[in-house]
Parts: sequence; structure tokens; C-alpha cells
Amino acid sequence: MEGDIAQLGQFVGAGLAAIGSGAAAIGVGHVAGNFLAGALRNPSAAAGQTATLFIGIAFAEALGIFSFLVALLLMFAV
Amino acid sequence: MGKIFFFAVLALVVVSGLIFAPAESKLAIHPMDQFIVQPLFGGDHVSWYTPTNVTLWMGLAVAAVFALLVLGSSRRAIVPGRTQSVAELAYGFIYKMVEDVAGKDGVKFFPYIMTLFMFIVMANFLGLIPMSFTTTSHIAVTAILAALVFFTVTIVGFVKNGAGFLGLFWVSSAPLALRPILAIIELISYFVRPVSHSIRLAGNVMAGHAVLKVFAGFAGALGLFSFLPIFAITAVYALEVLVAFIQAYVFTILTCVYLKDALHPSH
Repeated sequence: MEGDIAQLGQFVGAGLAAIGSGAAAIGVGHVAGNFLAGALRNPSAAAGQTATLFIGIAFAEALGIFSFLVALLLMFAV
Repeated sequence: MGKIFFFAVLALVVVSGLIFAPAESKLAIHPMDQFIVQPLFGGDHVSWYTPTNVTLWMGLAVAAVFALLVLGSSRRAIVPGRTQSVAELAYGFIYKMVEDVAGKDGVKFFPYIMTLFMFIVMANFLGLIPMSFTTTSHIAVTAILAALVFFTVTIVGFVKNGAGFLGLFWVSSAPLALRPILAIIELISYFVRPVSHSIRLAGNVMAGHAVLKVFAGFAGALGLFSFLPIFAITAVYALEVLVAFIQAYVFTILTCVYLKDALHPSH
């Protein structure tokens, strides 16, 4: 066992930031699940909305990416 | 002709993967070792002009795009062959996307968006070849792509609309008291775009490849039961093929969305 308290803080902080990735997973699941629910109600309109689906997923994912960025910064840049 | 070139590129890919593989490939591999940038011709000093494995695999990605789009469709057959069908399919797919998302006047930027998509999708797919190097797993690469998109979109927005481009940040449908606050939020979200744009691609690709290597490490450690992680690798690999395409698609469609914002900034 070696290292110092700052390194401990870095690793704990990076682990906490990784929770944000899980939260983004919930958001992406919501987008995809609601798309599927709507698509099963009206399958003929679904094909035209796949681009919207991916844009929605990308925006939901963006906030998870920021927590991933925080984790990366803590691990390698601080 | 096109087919021969295609197989030549494929053979070049495999051979270069074997020749330029990391020399000290021990059994106990670190999952992140596959992302190390190293010079092609020995030494370990990397300057901006040193040819590295990134240079090699980017060049191969460009050669693959050339083989598919230029040589693949050079025969201009009325009834397209397999390669020409794929080339035409890719062209039509991206063209329709630009037209649908960015609008009719976004079609002018179709060559740029097609180039982006083909380069990213080929770099991702070449990275899936075992022992190869994935250029898009590096934030340095994707950040340049995203920064180019960001500057292009900003310049196009100001050239097309003049100061009216700032209307993008002034949400005219919101109550007047809220608009300054919303303007600040919109401004922050505008400048954060290239960050999320680049890290989404690099993060997804890097994480997927690291997972593959972690499972490969399990296969080495489990002995008799090593068939379990190998099945898992097969499944994750299939997922990675999907992710390689979808992330290229998402990068391209977000470029179209940003372009639409620049061409029609009214909120």
C-alpha cells in the first residue's frame, strides 16, 4: 500500500464520475424504449423517424460523455 | 481492376498488421497497450513529422475509401456488381441524410459530409481487424475532425446570415425575462458541441476495443474454461461492428444537424 491522499481522491472521484455513464445509459434506454413503443403503435411512421431517434440518443449520451470526460481528466490530467 | 486493388489493399492491411505489430507482445497484455502510438521505423521519439502507426492506418483508411468509391464504381455498369452496389448504396444513404436533415441548401456540403462519413467508417472497420490500430480511438484524431466541423459550421453560419446567426442563441419563443439566461445556456451548449462530438466517437471506439482486450486477458487466465470468454469476445465483436457503423453515422448526422442550425438559425 502506497500513494498519497490526493491520488486516493483522484481514483474515488473518477469512480464517482463513472456513475454518470450509468445515468446516461438510463437516458438512452428511455429514448430507445419510447421510440419502440411509438413505432409499434404506428409502424408506418417509424421509418421516417430513425434519424430523430439517433439524434435523440446522441444528445442523451452527450451528458454521459461529460462525466466520462471528468473521469478521464481525473485519471490522466490532474 | 477494382477487385484486384481491393485485395491488394486487404493484403497490405494484413501484412502491415503482422510486420508493425508491437514487438514485445507478451502473453499478459494490458488492455490499453493497443492504443500506443509508435514510430513505424524503429526508435521511440515521435515528432509531428514521424510516420507512426496512426499515419499508416489513416493512409490505409483513405486507400480503402478510394478502392470502394473510385475503383469500385469506375466500370459504371448499368447493372452494378457487388462493389459498385455498396458504393452506390453509401452515396445514396448519405445524400438522403444530408437532404433530410440539413435541408435542400445543405446539399452543397454533401462532398464534405460524405468524406467525413467514409473516412470514419473505414477507419472504424479497419480498426476491427485483429492486430490493427484504430485511429479513431484517439481523441487527438476525432478532436481535429470535430473542430473542423465546428469552425466550418460557425463560419458558414456567419457568412450566410451575418449577425442574424446570433439569433441561434436568442430563443424568441421564450418569455423575455428568461431569454438572457437561455442565451447563456445556449452559448455554453454551442461551445461544448465539439467536445461531445469528438469524445463520443473516440470514447465508444476505445471502450469497445478495451473490452475486447480485457476478455482476451480472461481467456488467458481461465485455462480449460477459456472457451467462455472466447464466446463472449465473439458476441462483443459483433456488437463492435454495429458500434463502428453507428458511431460513424451519429458523427455524420450530428454534422448535418449543426449545419442545419447554421443555415437556418431561427429558433
